[in-house]
Amino acid sequence: MQTTIDILGSVGLWAAVLRIATPLIFGVLGALLCERAGVLNLGIEGIMTFGAMAGWLAVYSGAGLWTGLLVAALSGAAFGLLHAGLTVPLGLSQHVAGLGITLFASSLSYYLFRLAVPVSGTPPTVEPFQPLDFGPLSDIPFLGSTLFAQTAPTYLAILLAIALAWILARTPLGLAIRLTGENPHAAEAQGLDPIRIRIGAVVAGSAVMALGGAFLTLAAFNSFFPTMVQGRGWVAIALVVFASWRPGRALLGALLFALFDAFQLRLQPLAGGVVPYQVFLMTPYLLSILALVLVARRARVPQALMQPYHRGER
Amino acid sequence: MTSRTAPALEMTGIAKRFGAFTALDGVDLVLARGEIVALLGENGAGKTTLMNVLFGHYSADEGEVRVFGEPLASGRPRAAIRAGVGMVHQHFTLAPNLTVIENVVAGTAKLSGLSLSLPAARARLRELGTRFGLAVDPDARVGDLSVGEAQRVEILKSLFRDARILVLDEPTAVLTPAEGETLFATLRLMAKEGLSVIFISHKLGEVLTGADRVVVLRGGRMVGMRASAETSREELAELMVGRRVERPERHERPVGAPVLVARDLTLRRGGRTLLDGANFTLNAGEILGLIGVSGNGQKPLADILFGLEAPSAGTVEILGQTPARPSPRDMVRRGLGRVPEDRHAEGAIGDLTLWENAVLERLREPRFSGRFLVRRGAARAFAAHLVQRFDIRGAAPDKRIRLLSGGNMQKLILGRNLDGDPPVLVCAQPTRGLDEGAIAGVHARLLEARERGAGILLISEDLDEVLRLADRAVAIHAGRLSATVPTAGLDARRLGLMMAGEDLGRAAA
Repeated sequence: MQTTIDILGSVGLWAAVLRIATPLIFGVLGALLCERAGVLNLGIEGIMTFGAMAGWLAVYSGAGLWTGLLVAALSGAAFGLLHAGLTVPLGLSQHVAGLGITLFASSLSYYLFRLAVPVSGTPPTVEPFQPLDFGPLSDIPFLGSTLFAQTAPTYLAILLAIALAWILARTPLGLAIRLTGENPHAAEAQGLDPIRIRIGAVVAGSAVMALGGAFLTLAAFNSFFPTMVQGRGWVAIALVVFASWRPGRALLGALLFALFDAFQLRLQPLAGGVVPYQVFLMTPYLLSILALVLVARRARVPQALMQPYHRGER
Repeated sequence: MTSRTAPALEMTGIAKRFGAFTALDGVDLVLARGEIVALLGENGAGKTTLMNVLFGHYSADEGEVRVFGEPLASGRPRAAIRAGVGMVHQHFTLAPNLTVIENVVAGTAKLSGLSLSLPAARARLRELGTRFGLAVDPDARVGDLSVGEAQRVEILKSLFRDARILVLDEPTAVLTPAEGETLFATLRLMAKEGLSVIFISHKLGEVLTGADRVVVLRGGRMVGMRASAETSREELAELMVGRRVERPERHERPVGAPVLVARDLTLRRGGRTLLDGANFTLNAGEILGLIGVSGNGQKPLADILFGLEAPSAGTVEILGQTPARPSPRDMVRRGLGRVPEDRHAEGAIGDLTLWENAVLERLREPRFSGRFLVRRGAARAFAAHLVQRFDIRGAAPDKRIRLLSGGNMQKLILGRNLDGDPPVLVCAQPTRGLDEGAIAGVHARLLEARERGAGILLISEDLDEVLRLADRAVAIHAGRLSATVPTAGLDARRLGLMMAGEDLGRAAA
């Protein structure tokens, strides 16, 4: 019990929470944007992997870190366009197309990585994002070394969550996206173009997902390896449900999951080999299933999620 | 330029084909300012297609649309909206999880805009609501509204965007008669303010009272146009159908013993009471009409009677016995014939053949299945027999049933039930979506079954149908049944009040 309290009070834990949450925040926001328009994007796992590779490769080839993020976002947008093309105008199964894109993007990123970087003993590295220095703010006890000791993309992720919440709730564009996800026929009857809105949302959402991947190679670590996304995309898909499709709650959900994860990492060495470490690896996922069961039953699903829209069909 | 004298709407020579099927074949339609025109026709006559062309859901293959003298770009709802056309679809185009105001303002502002300006929109919506008698709370979630209120939101959506031509597709299909009257009063008010209204209907009564002029479509062509003051139900019916329709007559006959008795049937689901203590007795040799607007508990009641759903409380007695845990197969075996509400979803399986559909409910009978295999020969012969006996057109035993028209599909569903002469028949909305000829056929079959002594529960939302066929009627509203009243001497108005739940319990049995 005392150890639990010690861990929860430690600065390292809370600094880690924000760091671990960042790729999830990007992922869940991207997936949420797609789903709010009515398109499930299971390409997320592959898109994040590709984003991790593309961003890293750009920086490795000499581009700046921000350019690396931009390259990652653009590559995500390209896969988003592919997914949108298959599922929106063609109306193919969103599950099948998404899983296909995950497999395709994951393999392609490893292939391109190997083309660019031949096999070597130690993986090549780049100089990653460093924690920002907020001057006096960074000297505040506790907050200074947690909240104000993160890399720039983490703050970008949080700003993005706020921006997306505002766009969806307050702007004509956000309302158009929500209406399309609820009932594309209603959107059409209001003179909106549900096809274009869905394509736009999937492209933008996929770009955001890819940023989550790029965070892994450009801030959390400094090199790329093909399995590094490690199911974060799938967690993001679950978090969207947990969040009831609301950006604010999505941010919260990502932080909560990251807390579980950071906590179990710190609990592992203390268990002293009595409990196999795989059990600890499992706990965040078990807890997120539990949270889903408790929260998601009341969730309001976008009514037209996964329903292809064909013009002129009532 | 917009001419000051041009009619509100001119549609000339509109043609629309879907593959080999011609839905519209050179239709002309003119709508004056401040006029209410009814577009009358059977299902498949092209009414909705014509309006979808106007609103830009479809592009016409031929023809021209002019709104206030200006040609209208085809195939673009946005252009239609901008020209002042508003459409209220039969299946509401609303997002249930959004609020009223959100549904109304969506698409009205530039997508690059930063604010929805909801306060101003709210005020305007309230003003429109008062002006036209369409009051509704702007901040209510649309999913929480009644059907009547949802329709008001649909109309307000158009008015909010300054529609000067309002198109309504089967606006009364989901309303009680009283709500329907309110709607037509609102439409009158709009016409008085200079708006032009087109409404689609296949109900002769409302066409005569609600419109200034009636345009009749049949088979994609305009077959007649009458001022509603100078025509009659009979004339319109004949124009609509293209021939005189003989309506079967009901003859008095003595009733027999009770065959189906519902006792305090109640169904609760997810905290809501869908059916609240329903009691009725159906006797041999009579038709009991259960009248009500869809969604008031008919479906739960039918599902309980079919054995598909277990009631939360109450029992069903069939032919003197009360099965403890009825299943669909058990109820069919005990002598229940069933015609489900949704032909396509529950009555028949579209991609199976006619013979497969014919024996679906009786596959266990030895004449259709051996120990391991289906007796296909016998099943095909049975299907062929049904086709012949019930005059199913365009059918062959090996044809997929989805290729049949609604009327012929219904003939098969009715036929496979009636062929074994079941003593009890529960028919849910048996004529919904059928044309006049097919309706007359279904009515004749039901009256024949009554004649030979079957007890029939006829669940319907059509006042005329219940008054014509049923010996006794009972209304359902919000899950409750009214008292049962004989239809002799009952008028449509009284029945309409019962449907609205205003006469429940006070009626003398």
